[in-house]
Amino acid sequence: MLEFIAGKYNYWIHVTLMMIGFYAIIAKGNLIKKVIGMNIFQTAVFLFYISISKVKGGTAPIVWDEAVLYNNPLPHVLILTAIVVSVSTTAVALALIIRIYREYGTIEEDEILAMGGERINAQR
Amino acid sequence: MTVPGRDRTTRGHIVGEHVIGRTVAKLLIPFIQLYGFYVIAHGELGPGGGFQGGVILGASIILYTLAFDIEAARKRLSQKVSDLLSSTGVLIYGGIGLLCIAAGGAYLEYGKLPLGDAAFASHLGIYGIEIGVGITVAAVMITIFFETARREDA
Amino acid sequence: MNIAEHFPVLVIVIPLLSAVIIPVVGRNNTLYSWYITVAVTLSCFLISLSLLNTVMSKGKISYWLGGWEPPWGIEYVVDYLNAFVLIVVAFIAFIVSLYAKKSVEKEIDENKITPFYSIYLLFVAGLMGIVITGDIFNLYVFLEIASLAGYALIAVGRKRAALMASYNYLILGTIAATFILLGIGYLYMVTGTLNMADLRDRLPMLYESRVVRTAFAFFTVGLSLKLALFPLHAWLPNAYTYAPSVVSAIMAATATKVGAYALLRVMFTVFKPEFDLQVVPVTKILIVLALIAIIAGSVLAVAQTNLKRMLAYSSVGQIGYIVLGAALANQVAMTGSLLHILNHSLMKGALFLAVGAVVYKLGIEEISGLKGMGKKMPFTMAAFTVGGISMIGVPLTVGFVSKWYIVLGALASDMWFIVPVILLSSLLTAVYFWRIIEGIYFAVPDGAGQIRDDAPLGLLVPTMVLAGLCIFFGVAAVIPASIAGKAANMLLGGV
Repeated sequence: MLEFIAGKYNYWIHVTLMMIGFYAIIAKGNLIKKVIGMNIFQTAVFLFYISISKVKGGTAPIVWDEAVLYNNPLPHVLILTAIVVSVSTTAVALALIIRIYREYGTIEEDEILAMGGERINAQR
Repeated sequence: MTVPGRDRTTRGHIVGEHVIGRTVAKLLIPFIQLYGFYVIAHGELGPGGGFQGGVILGASIILYTLAFDIEAARKRLSQKVSDLLSSTGVLIYGGIGLLCIAAGGAYLEYGKLPLGDAAFASHLGIYGIEIGVGITVAAVMITIFFETARREDA
Repeated sequence: MNIAEHFPVLVIVIPLLSAVIIPVVGRNNTLYSWYITVAVTLSCFLISLSLLNTVMSKGKISYWLGGWEPPWGIEYVVDYLNAFVLIVVAFIAFIVSLYAKKSVEKEIDENKITPFYSIYLLFVAGLMGIVITGDIFNLYVFLEIASLAGYALIAVGRKRAALMASYNYLILGTIAATFILLGIGYLYMVTGTLNMADLRDRLPMLYESRVVRTAFAFFTVGLSLKLALFPLHAWLPNAYTYAPSVVSAIMAATATKVGAYALLRVMFTVFKPEFDLQVVPVTKILIVLALIAIIAGSVLAVAQTNLKRMLAYSSVGQIGYIVLGAALANQVAMTGSLLHILNHSLMKGALFLAVGAVVYKLGIEEISGLKGMGKKMPFTMAAFTVGGISMIGVPLTVGFVSKWYIVLGALASDMWFIVPVILLSSLLTAVYFWRIIEGIYFAVPDGAGQIRDDAPLGLLVPTMVLAGLCIFFGVAAVIPASIAGKAANMLLGGV
């Protein structure tokens, strides 16, 4: 039982962080807080990927004569790409929020819905 | 939204009107940019690469914008230039790939480029791509910051 | 240097590079942006036809990116299924780009038209990348490219409700993509490879492992949201209703189909069919969800007064057909499902383009606005009618062909209870389309309908082409059916 918790601590951290981010997306009403939750959620997945790339007793993956084992560099490369994707998504989300703020004057989701945000077919 | 440099509230930590902030920024920005180029160039030997170096380069321009004014930064780096730079980096990347096709290999097969033996050509090909990525990422970071920090009546 | 052997990568590189050339060239003149877009989508369509030709004569194409041998390198694989979906996506992209010139002038601000074409090409490049890649992480990257371009396309119009719709789609779509990323991570963790063919070889001995099953669960949920399978369809009605007409047309006709393609790839190529049928009986769950989607989509569509929202709910139902055919997992039903990918693109494309022409001339999207338009806009309304009767499933139209295949497949699997559901949904479709068609031809136009002539040629020709193909492929159904049949055979058993 202790081995189950302590031995796999990287998975526990990853799952906890992921659920914190997921909760923030669902439960918070402010649009920016949702974006922050989304970022935490994605960061948890990145942590998971990086944690599986560590090999016990491995050294940095640069060719070195005295090395026996190397860490796995492939997940790092995958996460580079995923981080770029995450940054782009955050940028698009923030741009949308700025336009929403200019149109509605608020970034609280319940206030926007109360203004008929999704039902109004208003062409300006 | 407050514009850095023009805000006259009592929050003293805004870098706006402070001589110290502007002087330090003027001193640091060339070093930050040099470090950004270093990170781009040494991506294959240590942590770094195109994206990371590009973000550092973009951050140096953002530091300039924060220390001075957004209009001053815009005068130095107009919208047309930053749009062109973002396209240029992607075109460098795609262009190198197409050059590899023209040289007889598959897409992005740098070993076939006529620049010496396969290992050296591979090295130079990766180098070229990283530079392209760095240029685009820096330009895009600057564009995102300028667009989100613009005055609302603009 | 034979350029034809580089077609698998050129079909992505050409739209991608053109997407960044457009802001440079079309800076002051939006006409050049449109010319480049039309030229690029036409060339992608021709390249995809050539790829299908090569597959039919030489078998599966495998292209190694960078010359690196898989499984270390990224591989692009073109087989019957790929080539089929590529042609569908490229053709719809070309037709809609022809249509786009006049339509975006009315619906998008002047200074956003050039960026619109640029993002349109990025969207097309992303979709083609999803279809053609043979590496599962590359699938995630292209999925995100297409999704981000989609979020931007929805929000580029003038309606302020589109902003919240796009934001909702963004949050939900990013959660789904992150689930897919997590699934890829789990698969990589236990097999050490990212190549789809290599995963297919290494996974069978690991089917009992919990990690692989969890990975499959994440994949299914994430991809189901992208293809808007009930109950993960909540983003679709708002996104399609408030987006500009061109964007609704291209997204309804291609984005969800490519999501369905990705699900088929994961379920039947990465994981073998035995996994879906015996180890984790996910096909039973998908059949139930698909049946609910079919009924719910039709019922909700009946209740709508806005034309685009009605078509959006109808899309939710039609996606249920595609998933139903795939989940039945026999040769006939899978052929029907793949055929429905083509047929639904044609039908919904024609319907959304016709609605876009109505918005262009009349400026309203309500069903009541179509009253009496049969005389004022004869060609547009003819295209709408053809699309409508195709959706109902009248014989000699494409809608009938795919429904027939799926019904035959359901009977072949002894699941006769599916047949009344399909008949009920066709009846409901007839209800909501027929009342519109009756209004078009047998009612008197009211004040808003005082227009003089039909939509301009630039809008009419693409709409009529799609409507004409609805009938053509309904009569000459053997042409796509043979390709779809070979693709289904490969998915279900062969390699």
